[in-house]
Amino acid sequence: MALINLSKREIHCKIIYYGPGRSGKTTNLLYIYNAMSNQARGKMLTIETKGERTLFFDLLPLNLGKINGFDIRIQLYTVPGQTIYEATRKLVLKGVDGLVFVADYLKIRHEKNIESLQDLHRNLLERNLTLEEIPIILQFNKCDLLPTSIPTLTKEELETDLNRELKTKIFETTATKGIGVFETLKEISKRTIHYVATKHLLTS
Amino acid sequence: MADLVLTASVLEETKTQIENTLIKAGVNTVLLIDEAGNIVVACGHKINDLDTTSIAALAAANFGVTSQIAKLIGEDDFALLFHKGKKDSIHVARISTDLILVTIFGDNVSLGLIRLRIAQLAKTIEKAFGQK
Repeated sequence: MALINLSKREIHCKIIYYGPGRSGKTTNLLYIYNAMSNQARGKMLTIETKGERTLFFDLLPLNLGKINGFDIRIQLYTVPGQTIYEATRKLVLKGVDGLVFVADYLKIRHEKNIESLQDLHRNLLERNLTLEEIPIILQFNKCDLLPTSIPTLTKEELETDLNRELKTKIFETTATKGIGVFETLKEISKRTIHYVATKHLLTS
Repeated sequence: MADLVLTASVLEETKTQIENTLIKAGVNTVLLIDEAGNIVVACGHKINDLDTTSIAALAAANFGVTSQIAKLIGEDDFALLFHKGKKDSIHVARISTDLILVTIFGDNVSLGLIRLRIAQLAKTIEKAFGQK
């Protein structure tokens, strides 16, 4: 649910990093937080829980500057990836304007990637939304593992699993080192703002 | 959940109503937020000292979580939440399908007064947003 404030000329959009547990959603946000200047970023909000796994959500507000005289403010959220936290994911999905699906290159996560995308599809449908309508970008994370001996999936396998129907743009990333993180953010921000602006006829 | 497009007149009217009903009654901070945690209107002398973005996101999430608890006991949701602190307290109330009002106030203001004023304010805000 975008919020367009015509008085202050601001557009607020919500972009959610979705994906299976431990795929690197919070790592994406942390990298963006550490790399951006204080002027462009707000406070990163992580709900304190024991251990490193996200139990509720993380939030990073960003100010992306002006487009057509409108200040663009984006809030990046992550969801808890583990299957059992479906109720929390449904809550965080409320008001989504754009999505980044963070998939894991690890071979053992093969099923979890597919399950998570199906879960996203189902949860969006409950809100009368579809993946064809909401802007979505795929991120194949943990590229740095490809040359190692750790069993990984191939790009083609991931594409068949996740992008056969979506047919969206893919970024191969290593979120821990920031490779591809800003490229993903740039693309999803562009698509989300275009989606919101065209919906409200703010642009031609 | 539809997008919210806010015009200057609706925002100004809402802000004036909040100032007259709550801020003049001694409330520190009032945030009118949507269910996704976006701030629609922020009023009060402490808004620049507080991390209002995080408060709004957490208040919306808190509301969502308690709605799930409500469903477990056969309710749709809890229309208001109240958290009491040592000095400052927070009152969170749903005032329409999409809007939530977050009120932060000190121990010099009574909870009864806040509830009464919010009940009055809710009708005005609902009307203003209904006519946008």
